[in-house]
Amino acid sequence: MSNIIKKYFDKIRPNFEEGGKLQSLHSVFEGMETFLLIPNSTASNGVSIHDSIDSKRIMSMVVIALIPALLFGMYNIGYQNYLAAGVEGSFIEMFAYGFLQLLPKIVVSYLVGLGIEFIFAQVKHEEIQEGYLVTGLMMPLILPINCPLWMMAIAIAFSVILVKELFGGTGMNIFNVALAARAFLFFSYPTKMSGDAVWIANNQIFGLGNTLPDTYTQATPLGVVGGGSDITTSLQDMVVGLIPGSVGETSVIAIAIGAVILLWTGIASWKTMLSVFVGGALTAWAFSVLDMTPITWYEHLFLGGFCFGAVFMATDPVTSARTETGKYIYGFLIGFFAILIRVLNPGYPEGMMLAILLMNIFAALIDYFVVDHNISMRAKRTIKK
Amino acid sequence: MSKMFSKDNREAFFNALNFNNPIAAQVLGICSALAVTSQLKPAIVMSFCVTCIVALSNVIISLIRKTIPNRIRIIIQLVVVAALVTIVSILLKAVAYDVSVQLSVYVGLIITNCILMGRLEAFAMMNGPWSSFLDGIGNGLGYAAFLISVGFVRELFGSGCLFGVKIIPDCVYSWGYVDNGMMTMPAMALIILGCLIALHRYLNKNKDI
Repeated sequence: MSNIIKKYFDKIRPNFEEGGKLQSLHSVFEGMETFLLIPNSTASNGVSIHDSIDSKRIMSMVVIALIPALLFGMYNIGYQNYLAAGVEGSFIEMFAYGFLQLLPKIVVSYLVGLGIEFIFAQVKHEEIQEGYLVTGLMMPLILPINCPLWMMAIAIAFSVILVKELFGGTGMNIFNVALAARAFLFFSYPTKMSGDAVWIANNQIFGLGNTLPDTYTQATPLGVVGGGSDITTSLQDMVVGLIPGSVGETSVIAIAIGAVILLWTGIASWKTMLSVFVGGALTAWAFSVLDMTPITWYEHLFLGGFCFGAVFMATDPVTSARTETGKYIYGFLIGFFAILIRVLNPGYPEGMMLAILLMNIFAALIDYFVVDHNISMRAKRTIKK
Repeated sequence: MSKMFSKDNREAFFNALNFNNPIAAQVLGICSALAVTSQLKPAIVMSFCVTCIVALSNVIISLIRKTIPNRIRIIIQLVVVAALVTIVSILLKAVAYDVSVQLSVYVGLIITNCILMGRLEAFAMMNGPWSSFLDGIGNGLGYAAFLISVGFVRELFGSGCLFGVKIIPDCVYSWGYVDNGMMTMPAMALIILGCLIALHRYLNKNKDI
């Protein structure tokens, strides 16, 4: 199979080289080739030890880790719609409905983001960078299902251009690109990003699903808590994920499968991930001891975007702290700030996005102090002897 | 007449408008550019006030520049600017009260606008009154160009209006269009300003700014 692909690429290659008739699509060709095959170019001098994993392979693993959350998200879209309408639906119907709701978002997300990446790569005469593969799939997963497509497209364009390409492209961005796009939407169009009317898909597609009245509202459990009422969600629903929320964030189990994949392949740092949970748990526990939050500490971890943020966003190798000690501090503070914003800010029922973006700014500073501290410790040790 | 618009004087005026623009090239006066540009009307009034004050204070300082002792020049410049700002602020309250309320402290804060002190120190202290006047007008208009561009974008996309009149038709809203709330926040003004400065540098990339 790979031989056939390789032959095909070799055959069409001349078209894309300097002077060929499709030269303007050169970067697209190269991107596709290296995505499907092992790159031809290797180190030509010196001794280099290579792992067979490159950043395209890393990105593919993260995409695989996202798939459980994606599939469960699709099912939950359908489940919530049928539940809201009070109609019985089979598993297949619910899943197909969710699939049809989510598919346009994934397609638009990739078209806009990759389109911009292709243009930038072509203008800068560089290879296409692969970072958008993950961002493009994360985007639909961290938005409410009723967020309009054009809004998502604007946010992705804003984020890819201003947050990523201006800083130098993949690997150079200070902020997590997907979260920056979400923050843009959150502040630009608050009525479509939070509140209680955006979490349940409300229209029929190809005869599947149910049309809900415009006045139908259903808050997320955290929204209910933020509004000052008690939640009625059972612990089982929280863990399985059959609750309203952003598409991919609801199921703790699906995210846990993704976490296992990321940790097993060594892509995500267990130190960051663990310390986010520790920071969040301790803060939530302290608040519940002080009687400032009506839900228990473990409910705080199960609800909202806490798990998704901790597993997929906080561990982003580009924007998180890089020193080993720094990872503990970085993760702990994310958990701390996420719960702090949830409990103390009445305007924002969820704080995970803002906490991660805040710590993205400080990641480099944390690294600086960790390195600096290490240097001064070693200097002292030498002087003592 | 030919002397009034000599090459130096023309440069004093047009340089300030374009590649020595106070906002894009010198990056001065950013604070007020973020604060008053959420709508066009206050942006225009603010630009007008700043243009008047820069031009007049440039002329006054330039006239008395030879009598100012070097060690206390900043204080004398401040007194002149403060007097002018007070006059403009009182006039504004008399003529356009609602705009002066919208601009609130930012009229008074023109005193601290870096463009003023920058022009007085860099130009009026060393040049004659007529070229200082042209320099002041040029800098004021250069400032105005950026304020008005930012105000235009922010008001159009932030509230769908220009000068408070609805521009984006109702049918667009019924298709699902929503005004961008972030445009009304200063954060977005900073991003728009950054984009405009980038554009300005791109257009002047052959010149050494």
